[in-house]
Amino acid sequence: MISNLINRKIFTLLKVQYSNMLEYRVEIALWAISGIIPFFMLNIWTSNGLNESIKISDIMLSRYFVSAFFVRQFSVVWVVFSFEEDSLMGKLSPYLIQPINPFFRYFAQHIAEQITRFPFALIIAIFFFVFNPESIWIPNLDILFLSIISTFLSFLIQFLIQSIVACLCFWTEKASSIERLLFIPTLFLSGLLAPVASFPEYVKSWIFLTPFPYLIDFPANLLSGNETNISGGFSMQIIWILLLFPVFRKIWSAGTKKYTAMGS
Amino acid sequence: MNPRKYLKVYSKFLHTSLASELEYKTNILIDLITAILSLIGSIFLLSIFFQNNGSIGNWKFEEALIIQGIYTILNGITNTWFNPNLSEIVKHIREGTLDFVLLKPIDSQFFISFKKLNPSGFLEIMIGVCLLLFSIRINQIILNLNFLILSLITLICSICILYSLWFFISTTTIWFVKTWNATEVLRSFLYIGRFPLNSFSFSIRIFFSVFIPIAFITTIPSEVFLGISQLWQILLTVIVAIIFLVTSRKFWLFALRFYSSASS
Repeated sequence: MISNLINRKIFTLLKVQYSNMLEYRVEIALWAISGIIPFFMLNIWTSNGLNESIKISDIMLSRYFVSAFFVRQFSVVWVVFSFEEDSLMGKLSPYLIQPINPFFRYFAQHIAEQITRFPFALIIAIFFFVFNPESIWIPNLDILFLSIISTFLSFLIQFLIQSIVACLCFWTEKASSIERLLFIPTLFLSGLLAPVASFPEYVKSWIFLTPFPYLIDFPANLLSGNETNISGGFSMQIIWILLLFPVFRKIWSAGTKKYTAMGS
Repeated sequence: MNPRKYLKVYSKFLHTSLASELEYKTNILIDLITAILSLIGSIFLLSIFFQNNGSIGNWKFEEALIIQGIYTILNGITNTWFNPNLSEIVKHIREGTLDFVLLKPIDSQFFISFKKLNPSGFLEIMIGVCLLLFSIRINQIILNLNFLILSLITLICSICILYSLWFFISTTTIWFVKTWNATEVLRSFLYIGRFPLNSFSFSIRIFFSVFIPIAFITTIPSEVFLGISQLWQILLTVIVAIIFLVTSRKFWLFALRFYSSASS
């Protein structure tokens, strides 16, 4: 009964947000285009033969970066920016009265955006494959399934981290600059710009204990068929989610107690 | 055009925006850490590229540091002036407050481009200058008047091109209303400017020197620093900068004819 109710709520939220997102197709297409950095990086790697030293062939590396592009497309999170605006404008107050945590609303927004984004991401990838037909590959079904799950887990980790940062809005008003700070290690260590396999030893020795390589590198390796530790990757992703979720619950309940609506 | 009036107005702009930005002092500190981390990240990425190769695209590691320095300075300038002002255009147009700007007895492009200022970008500029001075030392560049004039000219041209690109994209808001994401696309393209243009494949090189002249923005000033640029390249940079400035001005005046305020 209760789970049925929750399901209906989430389903309705999703439907509303999806039709909302369809209004902004051009914006979402532009978002998709702004994620093409992995292709530029691939170009540097292959044009200079840099991949020979890390023993990944041109084709495998291009598959890696295409996968990294896809993983990034479906794990982009911007909840802190929406939340900051809503909390500064006082829009948060009506959401708080509703019998559902406002973060479900943002969650539905992200999922709806990903569904809208999918065709554009596909078009960009097709463009890439037209120019590089030798890198086309078809992952078998269970690998595809596993990589979709790991991409979703990566999205969950980032969503939780950003929600925690977003809750800092209750104290500082401008939490987005903290998010911009956190984005820097995500950018450089997640494997979006260079596969973690190419990192020097002194970084590799500790990086697998941080959440970063599980955000892009692990799902992308899985999808592209590069070497990776499947069970280890999944367990680390789940451990990080289990670690972050209670933190979010705590900071959320502490923050809502602190919340004073704008203009009151 | 009365230069003294504009100078006076600009000093007022400086005063008001500094006063309002210094309200958020911790923000400035966080932005400083962000700038330092992002520089460390790019140097880390460069060191991965160079770990087994002496040069990429005929650029040695020490020489590539010059590009990083120039990129950091330009990024600081973007964050100080272009980003806070030009993202405001979107707001002006969506809320119809551009009316008030147009009514003021001052050039609208001037008002829109220089109204705000974000002081945390200054620190990024300083970091960039330090890196540049350091790389001048390790590359054993001999400073003389000739060199100083040429590098100053190319840097000013880069700033003009960068400004025009930002202004151009922001102006399109008049038709599309929400171009916030278009600036993200530009931002991700500008990311290419962190690497020497020669390290990319031929087609990408053509794209980024003809359509979005990122080549002129960072690579040519760096070549001037190294003393390997040809005179025609410098002349071309000057011409491209002038063309971009003039076109962006014309485009703004053209776009204003289509401005029909909000809710009218």
